Order: sequence, then C-alpha cells, then structure tokens
Amino acid sequence: MSTKLNSRIPEGPVAEKWTKHKGTIPLVSPANKRRIDVIVVGTGLAGSSAAASLAELGYNVKAFCFQDSPRRAHSIAAQGGINAAKNYQNDGDSVFRLFYDTIKGGDYRSREANVHRLAEVSTSIIDQCVAQGVPFARDYGGLLDNRSFGGVQVSRTFYAKGQTGQQLLLGAYSALERQVAKGRVKMYARHEMVDLVVVKGKARGIIARNLVTGELERHSAHAVIVASGGYGNVFYLSTNAMGSNVTAAWKAHKKGAFFANPCFTQIHPTCIPVNGETQSKLTLMSESLRNDGRIWVPASLEDAKAIREGRLKAIDLSEEQRDYYLERRYPAFGNLVPRDVASRAAKERCDAGYGVNKTGEAVYLDFAAAIVRYGQEQANLKGMHQATESEIVALGTKVVASKYGNLFQMYEKITDENPYTAPMKIYPAVHYTMGGLWVDYNLMSTVPGLFVAGEANFSDHGANRLGASALMQGLADGYFVLPYTVGTFLADDISTGPISTDLPEFAEAESASRARLEGFLNSKGSVPVEVFHRRLGRIVWDNIGMARSEMGLKKAIAAIRALREEFYRDVKVLGGMYEMNPELDKANRVADFLELGELMALDALAREESCGGHFRDEHQSEEGEALRRDEEFAFVSAWEFTDGDPGKATLHKEELVFENIKLVTRSYK
Amino acid sequence: MNLTLKVWRQKNAKETGSFATYQVRDISPDMSFLEMMDVLNEQLISQGTESVVFDHDCREGICGMCSMFINGEAHGPDRGVTTCQLHMRKFKDGDTITVEPWRAKAFPVVRDLMVDRSSFDRIIQAGGFISVNTMGNLPDANATPIEKHDADAAFDAATCIGCGACVATCKNASAMLFVSAKVSQFALLPQGQVEAADRVRNMVNQMDLEGFGNCTNTGACEVECPKGISIENIARMNREYLKASLIS
Ligand SMILES: Cc1cc2nc3c(=O)[nH]c(=O)nc-3n(C[C@H](O)[C@H](O)[C@H](O)COP(=O)(O)OP(=O)(O)OC[C@H]3O[C@@H](n4cnc5c(N)ncnc54)[C@H](O)[C@@H]3O)c2cc1C
Repeated sequence: MSTKLNSRIPEGPVAEKWTKHKGTIPLVSPANKRRIDVIVVGTGLAGSSAAASLAELGYNVKAFCFQDSPRRAHSIAAQGGINAAKNYQNDGDSVFRLFYDTIKGGDYRSREANVHRLAEVSTSIIDQCVAQGVPFARDYGGLLDNRSFGGVQVSRTFYAKGQTGQQLLLGAYSALERQVAKGRVKMYARHEMVDLVVVKGKARGIIARNLVTGELERHSAHAVIVASGGYGNVFYLSTNAMGSNVTAAWKAHKKGAFFANPCFTQIHPTCIPVNGETQSKLTLMSESLRNDGRIWVPASLEDAKAIREGRLKAIDLSEEQRDYYLERRYPAFGNLVPRDVASRAAKERCDAGYGVNKTGEAVYLDFAAAIVRYGQEQANLKGMHQATESEIVALGTKVVASKYGNLFQMYEKITDENPYTAPMKIYPAVHYTMGGLWVDYNLMSTVPGLFVAGEANFSDHGANRLGASALMQGLADGYFVLPYTVGTFLADDISTGPISTDLPEFAEAESASRARLEGFLNSKGSVPVEVFHRRLGRIVWDNIGMARSEMGLKKAIAAIRALREEFYRDVKVLGGMYEMNPELDKANRVADFLELGELMALDALAREESCGGHFRDEHQSEEGEALRRDEEFAFVSAWEFTDGDPGKATLHKEELVFENIKLVTRSYK
Repeated sequence: MNLTLKVWRQKNAKETGSFATYQVRDISPDMSFLEMMDVLNEQLISQGTESVVFDHDCREGICGMCSMFINGEAHGPDRGVTTCQLHMRKFKDGDTITVEPWRAKAFPVVRDLMVDRSSFDRIIQAGGFISVNTMGNLPDANATPIEKHDADAAFDAATCIGCGACVATCKNASAMLFVSAKVSQFALLPQGQVEAADRVRNMVNQMDLEGFGNCTNTGACEVECPKGISIENIARMNREYLKASLIS
C-alpha cells in the first residue's frame, strides 16, 4: 500500500468493526459543538442528510447548492428504489447477504469494511425515513412493500412508485429546512463552490460564487464535507441532471485530495436512444422493464439495414429472423444479466451493424410476448377459453399498463411511438460514477478535514454499482456515518475558535478563482461552451465508454489535451462577472471536465484488466467475456494531482484485502 | 420547422423587462422545448447576444426547476408535463410562441425567465416536516401499519415538485395547492398527527406573509399542475385549519 494512503480500517472481525469503532471515536460535547463550524457542499441525499444530522447534534452548519432550492438536487430523479437488509419478505435476506451481493456486484473492487457497514446501517435508514413521513409503497395489510431489483435473488428494495429519489430527498430536505428554521443551518442556494481553501494542511473553507450577484464569497469552517454528486456529465450526454458537475470534487483534487478509480463509470442498458445532434440529455427507462421485456435485434444484416431505412418494421420479422442475443449468450440469466453485461452486449450487436434506429445505435425491448403471456393468464382466470388473439392482447396490455404505465407514457411522450404496439428502442447511456474522491473508513479524503459523501466519493460500489444502492449509500453516509466519524477530526478543534476568512489562503484562493473566471470572459474566442462540452463527450464516450483499448485511450488523451488547449484559446463567454451568468458557470464546469476526462483515460490505461464497468478489449475471453486479473489489480487506484497537469497524475494503490468473501469469476451463463 | 419567439428579457430584479423577438429555424419536432431554447441560445451567443437565462436541471419532469409561461399557460400547451417534457411536435411550422417567467409578487424575477421561489422553502421551514431527529434506535418501520389507501393518498400529495405552476396560473397568485399538498401528506399519516395543528397554522401564516393571494376556487391550479395534484388537498387543508383554530 502507498505510504500516503491510510484507509484506517478498524481492527477486528468485519461484523464488529463499526460498532467498536463508533464506541471509540472521541466525542465532542454539545457545548463544544456550538463552537465548531461545518460546511456541507451539496444537498442531495448525502448532503441534506449530513447537514440536518450535524445540525441536530449541535454543529453550526452552512449548506450549499447551485439550484434555487436544496430540494432540487439530482437525487430527486432517482426512480427505482432503495435497498435495505430488513428481510421483511422473509426470503433469506440478511446484512451478510447484502454485503456479499454488493461486493460481488462491484466485481471485487471495493473495501469489505465499508460495504459491511453500509449493509449494517441500511435498516436504520428505512426506520428513519418512515418516521419522517416518507410515503413508501405499502401492501394491503398496511406493511411496507418490497420489490426485487437489479438481478439479485431477494426482494429488499423499498420504493415509492417510480419516484423513490424524490420522496427520500423531500424527507431529507424537510429535516434540513427544520434546522434552517431553528437557525442551526444557514442555507446558501444558488451558490457554487469554485475552490477549496486549505490552511496548514487542513480543509478550512471554500470560495463560493453567488450565482445571482456573481460575487465571490469566502466561507470558513473547521471541516468541509463535499457531497456534490457524480461526474457522469463528462460524457456530455447522460441521465444526470444538466447541472451535475465535477467542479467541487475536482477543485478538492487539485488541492490535494486523491481521486480514486475515475474510470469506473456505469453505463445503464435501458435508456431512450439518442435521436439527434441537438439532444441535451438522455432518459432512463427503469431497469424493472427487463423483468418482462425481451431484448433483440434482427438476425440478418439486410433486415437491420431495411429497418434503419424504414423499409421494414420490427413486427414484420418472424421469430427465426430475430436474435434474442442476451437469451442466446446467457441462457441462465437471459435478459436479467447485470447492467454492465447487458450494456456491452447491446454495443457489440450495434457495432456489428445490427442496430435498429437511424443512427444504428438502438436495440429492441419487446413486450409482445409478455402481453400475450399475461393476456392468456387473464383469459384463463376469466374462463374465456375461446378468447381471440385480439382479446388476449387487450387483456395482456392492461396488465402491462398496470405494471409499467408511467414508464410507457414517458416513452411515448419523448419518442411519439406507442410501446404497446411496437417494441421500444433502447440503448445504453451513462448513468452513475463509481469513482470519486478517495476516502478512508471515516469518509475523510487525503486532505485532513475534507470529508466526502454520496456519489462524490468512491467508497462502496467497486467497479459496478447494484441497482437501488446509491440512495442507500448517500443516506447511510449522511445520516449514520458522518455524524460519528467527523468527530475523529473535529475533536481536536474544540479550542481552535472561528477560522478567519482574512487568512492569506482565503485571499489567494479567491483571487485565483477570480482570475480564472475573468480569463473565460476575456477570451476572445468564437465558440460557445456547449460545443466544447459536446465534443469532449464524444471523445469520452467513444474511447472511455463501454469498451476501452490501449490505442483508443492513447488517442483520447491526445484528443482531450488538444481540445483543452483549443478551449482556452477559442471559447466565447458573453456577459459579465458580477451578474447572473450561467454561461460563465458552465465554462468553469466544462474546464474541469476537460481535465477529468484525461485522468479517466489514464486510469483506464493503467488498469490492464476488465472488471465491472471497465472493459478492456485486450482482456477478454474467447467468448468476449470480461477477464479480471485479481493477482495484479485487486487495488483501488488513487491518483494524486501532480505538477499542475492532470496528465502527470501520480498513481497510489490501496490494496484490497478480502477476508470474508472469496474472489470468484462472475458468470451469468 | 421555423418559429418566431417572443421572449421576456430582464437583466435583474431591479430593472424593468421587455419582450425580444427572435427567429429559430429547422427545429425538429422531436426536440424538447428546452432543447429548442438551447438552439436559440447557441445562436444568440454566436451573434454576440447574451443567452436567455432560464432555470432547468433534471430535464425529466421531476426536479421542478423549469418554469416557463408559454403562450399564456404554465409549462405550455401539453397537460401533465413540465416545460422540459414539452415537445416541439405540439407546435406548428410558422407559429409565434410567447415565453414569459412565472408572474407573482412572491416570485420576483431573478433574470429573464428565472424567478426566485425561496418563499416556498420558507413555507416548508414554517412546518413542512415531522420533528424527528436522526436516530439509530427508532421504532421499526413496520411497527405501525398504515392503510394502503391512506399511504397512497399521502404519496399522491407528496409528488408535488414545487415548481410553482399553480401560483403562476392562479389569477390571485395563490399558493394553496402547494401548501395543501404538504399539509395533506402529513395529515394522512399517523406520524404527522402530533404536530398537525401547529403545522397547518404556521404554514398558512407564512404563506400569507410571503404575499401569495387568496384562493377563490377557480380550480385552474389543478388543471395546470404537471403532477396532477388534486384540489381535494385544498379542501383537506381547510378542514385541518378549521380543526386547528378550534383547538387554539
Ligand atoms: C435517472 C436516475 C435514476 C436513478 N435511480 C436510482 C435508483 O433507483 N436507486 C438508486 O439507489 N440510485 C439511483 N440513481 C443514482 C442516485 O440517484 C445518485 O447516485 C444519488 O442520488 C446521488 O446523490 P448525492 O447526494 O451524492 O448527489 P446529488 O443528488 O447529485 O446532489 C449533488 C448536490 O451537490 C450540489 N453541488 C454540486 N456541485 C456543486 C458546487 N460546485 N457547489 C455547490 N453545490 C454543488 C448540487 O447542487 C446538489 O445539491 C439514479 C440516478 C439517475 C441519474
């Protein structure tokens, strides 16, 4: 292990580590907490829950988000659900099983101790949310309902129709607003962190831009928590919200926080395909659709071509003319293989020329068989033994509508096609980033006093995240981990007194930020920011997407460096510094994506194996399956920003030790 | 298609604003309304004109950021969608489209089409929560069964995205639909009972302080609500308010 990395994993058996550790963390008395300030950047599930909980404990909290209200953080968009090892369905779930599934799902690239803690606290999350009034789905007996999600064998996912993220976030938001009302949290909405301030080696504040007035503000604290979400928008098109960005995390990285596993990104298999150049974002179609939909492409290249050219329709093809490629390649799991496997298989078919929309990047997700199956079932139940085909289809359509009605409607609104009568077209899209700032067991980064929570850290999902586990992790970090672990750092600060914003470190950070922003405004270029973002996204998607090769990655590095240069030379940002200026904010974000992209390529290049969402063409079996190389690569890559150049980052390795779970090859055949 | 846009431009809260007229060409019917605005903005920047400022984030109808008043309707002509989910196929080649910000005293314009809705946050601060701290030893989530019907109704009320279309649509700029959705969610759940009287009183009080208007039962808010929040919630809130005044 690198000498600079100390993961601070407590001693003892994995199931006892957290309880023991909690018992030994130094406590800060209530009177002393009042003398300690904490900054929380981000008000998604991780940030809101952390800010509310820390304020309840007595710390003075300042919370920041760039939206107009903390309630609008990107967590609001999560659809499917949140996992917890409650075992309410009595189907054999347990803390150990959730722990095991998460490690395995992550393709053995996460830390056992962290993941076990996550599984342990998962049950408290549900109790907490219910007490706050989160209206989870219930059964007719009035008890909480669960569904199975993401190909696991138990039903441990709690949900609120297709709006689980919204309901959980509104719960955390109301807890936060309650503390705002009490004066325990000062909320800074429409504020963007543009730099981290490090004083004598410790994170002591941030520089934030007031997005309404354009002023740069200095905010000090004894500790800073970054909960700014994931960096999927480096791909330009993703299922993330438009404003999601890496700036807070990246600025921290440049001030000394190591960035872990940047190349581990998740591409979700079922999204609505790209339809044109002006598209601004991609929309997820919930994973649950794969429970009933069958995925296929035409078996012959001629038919695929005819479909693309509009000379043929999906329904014209007979069963023999179709290739249900997931069922063919993975007979045991079929359409329910994990996300990374399903995504790659779709890409393989489309690359080979079998894509079914005008861009050639789409496959079918077909409900016709499910409609007939359900229809027949209904007809039997109703005793309609002579039911005609159309009667059966009508009955089956009703069943499918009751299960997926809102998703089908969303699909129809966007594509103007009726998915009940013609198969949906889907394609993989960027969805989640497992990589993020490196943190130790206490969720502290390599900069003392800088903690990182939620999607912004790298902690729990290894090389591939399981469905419904991001919401769990965000709330675990904020409600149940940070409130304890910040004590490991803050206990030494009870007599520090307020941190002055007049310190030279604040002045330096502020003037550097100002110079940087003014640089964009003064650039005499001619190209809008959006154009650079789009071009970067294309490079990253083509070369650091679902499949990566040495040649492609080297090409990407050169292309990104060239694009970065061009950006600083040729970007055009209108308007002024001291006003609401979203173009300027966007330039600042895209500039950071242009650096992150290069680090992702470096990381992907260094990881000479295929694992989870990271697939290297050079490392696959003869049947095209991923080849993990545990002997050499069972480590976390933690990159240190070096020499002011993302391309010169230094790699540190945190070896992963598996004491409780045996490493095996994932197989879905 | 080619369109004429009449867009409200206003530099900041202090200055007065006015409409500017722009042309956009070759708009595909598959674009969302906001993607059409992106095209306009790229075009404006290339011509050296500052882009039109508007709130937007998730672009899938759930964050509640986008807030445009399009041809006199909150979130435009389609029903049950936010502006980001409105597609250009709802318009015809040659159309003139008028785009304005939400108009309400309690929602001052920040810039162009962007308004300040922090009054909604302050209403939540007044009582839109259940007073429970983060604790590891709360009662088990299944300790109190909740009748499915009530749980579903609470959920329906809780799906409000806080966009403010109800206020923008109401001729009195009333926030009753927004406030009543939150009051209803908690009124329907056992967890919300303890603080029910204070909650409704404080939230209604804050709503009045913020300068929202009265409800005169036109029902326009329900029609324009992208999430179909029902005005039954307003009736429920009125009952809760009455109950609370009887107690005090
Ligand atoms: C469409 C979709 C569906 C999903 N569905 C599920 C699901 O069903 N189950 C599941 O478990 N996960 C799901 N996920 C993943 C999950 O939603 C996210 O990983 C999670 O919500 C991230 O939460 P967070 O608190 O870390 O960050 P976010 O919710 O992204 O919040 C980030 C916060 O940081 C703020 N911020 C960012 N940068 C700055 C800055 N520079 N200055 C100030 N503030 C800043 C933002 O304003 C925001 O408040 C889904 C994701 C998507 C995209």
